[in-house]
Amino acid sequence: MIIKTHKSIPSSEITDPAVFKQRRQLIKAMLALGITGSGVYSGFADAKEAPLTATSADIVKNHTNYYEFTYNKTDATALAQALPIDPWSVEITGEVEQPGVYHLEDLLSQQTLKEYIYRFRCVEAWSMVVPWVGFPLASLLKKVKPLSSAQFVQFTTLFDPKSMPNQADNRMLDWPYVEGLRMDEAMHPLTILATGMYGDSLPKQNGAPLRLVVPWKYGFKSIKAIVKIELLKRAPLSTWSKSAPNDYGFYANVNPDVPHPRWSQSSERVLGAGFFTPRRKTQLFNGYADEVAGLYSNMDLRHFF
Amino acid sequence: MLQRFLKPYPLCFSLCLLPLLGIVIDMMFDNLGADPIQALHIRLGDWSLRLLWLTLFITPLQKITQWRGMAQYRKLLGLYTFFYASLHVIVYLWLDQGLAWGTITTDIIESSYIWFGVIAFLIILALAVTTPKAMVKLLGKNWKKLHRYIYIASGAVIIHYYWQLKGNMAEPLFYLIILSLLMLFRLAVWFKNRQFTKMMIPTTRKIRVVKADSATAEAGRSKGIVIEEIDTDIET
Repeated sequence: MIIKTHKSIPSSEITDPAVFKQRRQLIKAMLALGITGSGVYSGFADAKEAPLTATSADIVKNHTNYYEFTYNKTDATALAQALPIDPWSVEITGEVEQPGVYHLEDLLSQQTLKEYIYRFRCVEAWSMVVPWVGFPLASLLKKVKPLSSAQFVQFTTLFDPKSMPNQADNRMLDWPYVEGLRMDEAMHPLTILATGMYGDSLPKQNGAPLRLVVPWKYGFKSIKAIVKIELLKRAPLSTWSKSAPNDYGFYANVNPDVPHPRWSQSSERVLGAGFFTPRRKTQLFNGYADEVAGLYSNMDLRHFF
Repeated sequence: MLQRFLKPYPLCFSLCLLPLLGIVIDMMFDNLGADPIQALHIRLGDWSLRLLWLTLFITPLQKITQWRGMAQYRKLLGLYTFFYASLHVIVYLWLDQGLAWGTITTDIIESSYIWFGVIAFLIILALAVTTPKAMVKLLGKNWKKLHRYIYIASGAVIIHYYWQLKGNMAEPLFYLIILSLLMLFRLAVWFKNRQFTKMMIPTTRKIRVVKADSATAEAGRSKGIVIEEIDTDIET
């Protein structure tokens, strides 16, 4: 089909048969983990806006930027299946009262998983809407008790050149991938750690078993396959900032008025919208300005991009 | 019928339409991936680039093979470059931007990689418009000068390709290497011709020009040496 009509059907009404089947497994898994909630948090204060309609799962699963595996957007779907994710542990270290290496199951057993339907805006000017399954990062950080000296949080992706081929033979980025947030950004209720999407576990190409999701920032901030969370006194240097400091800043907040040095950020292509739907205007903080603009009230967003 | 198409020129003409056919088939079967507009846009741009490179390949090929019948292929490939580049631009303006000129203006102003695309397209447009024989006649000597701008267009195309990418530079590098080889060939030919032309210039009696004061100059002149006087009063 060339022409697709885009009807606004709430995501709850569309069920991919494959997802339907898997959902049973997830419900079992949730019960096993003692997870109660199925609440949906859309993180949307503006009542005038229509509820978000999730992009089709097929698109989200097959359109990823996972440079550890490939530089194109489709091959990670197959390549990432080589990633061993079970067992998985996360080291939490730095300015915390309870540093340590935690098993992922132990971390998850303390959390209530919920669905978070967020817009996801890539720095390459495309966007989608993803129903993540996860929990607030704040709720994890509170469990390990940050010290008052903790000002920033640094996240690190797994370094495993055997399963992530570009880590072995490519110098393009400095591996492993590192990202960071300011403490107040990390503690913000919209900031989540995701372990699933579309009511199912997280596909490996989408960052399994544990990824960050910061919906008001460009997608590259939402680091995948996290093995280390370090609380720091000083701002960490994120991988893209290190690689191209003039192109990618520490904050990377979605902002239509601050263009990338080589391309505009004023509009975005909404994936799955069909051939005859033009771009939509990009919103400040990806539409989450009501919730997060306060974090940056005294800052020049052109300077701190 | 088939025989007619198997002649080199009609075959080349048809082959150049195959990429478009492939793209249309992928559109019909919803085979363009998660971001079909961008896929369409990029594939048209890629083919425009490849055809431009093929166009630039004709002259070296002609020089090497000494085959003189290739000008019509250069013209054909050049016009196909323009054809795919136009589709690339139409997809951007119409499908991607929905002909919203305000957004398009902002997008072009803020996106430096598009500037180079615009430069390349305007040049290719000018070359396509001046293709008809009447235009060649009208432009006379300037026609060749104008069509040399294809080199600037190809440089702009490489920058246009390179600057929109975030990470992997392998593909633009591949095309840059090929372009460099094509340019090196032309440079080598130009250099060779220059040497040849030099050899062809009739040599005259060599004149020695010496700078000296007036007395030496006078002495020199009497011996038939051209001596340029300098003003000895000026301190150096």
